[in-house]
Amino acid sequence: MVYQERNTWAGLIVLPFVLTGYVIAILQAADGGPLTEVQWWPIMLWTIGGGIVGTIVLSIVWGILAGLRDPEGASASDLRDRDIARLGDRVGQAFLVIAGLGVIALCALEAAWFWIANAMFLGFAMSALVGGIAQVIAYRRGLA
Amino acid sequence: MVKPTKVTNDIRGLREAAGLTQVELARRIGVTRQTLIAIEQGRYSPTLELAFQIARVFGTPLDAVFRYPDEESS
Repeated sequence: MVYQERNTWAGLIVLPFVLTGYVIAILQAADGGPLTEVQWWPIMLWTIGGGIVGTIVLSIVWGILAGLRDPEGASASDLRDRDIARLGDRVGQAFLVIAGLGVIALCALEAAWFWIANAMFLGFAMSALVGGIAQVIAYRRGLA
Repeated sequence: MVKPTKVTNDIRGLREAAGLTQVELARRIGVTRQTLIAIEQGRYSPTLELAFQIARVFGTPLDAVFRYPDEESS
């Protein structure tokens, strides 16, 4: 497995954990009350930070282990990695557009900030998730 | 979204005939071993430049390494 594929997998492994943690933290903070009353932004920022740090740490540990087996190839990448990364970006971008349109619609409806922020957050998460899955499929099944 | 390439190749046969390992050939053309494997198995279409580099390693013309099916058979 090449460096870039490991990083993609690291993101895909960490993402479900941080998203589950985020939902649990929000529900706990709501404590049965309305979600719109929750002070969501510190939880969201911690989730984003945790996701980034978790992915980096997992990538580094995985890279060290891979380097023990293949010192030369552990951090190598090439034009195929760039092509696959571009594919993942393109696929993921669709979800950012959908989230952006959702945010505009929610603003037009004067929805609570909680829903506006979480619509965008969901867009980021789906973009990362679906883009990452597209990359992993491209690594495993091929890219024409 | 993702489809295997129609381009087929004889890289593996040529490589073995030349006595090169995947690691050696990958190093000579400047890609990772995984990318060379993907090209050999038809899971990745190399760029034109990379295709010429591969053919040059074997000292053969491009169409001795890569083939593209005729329209009737594709």
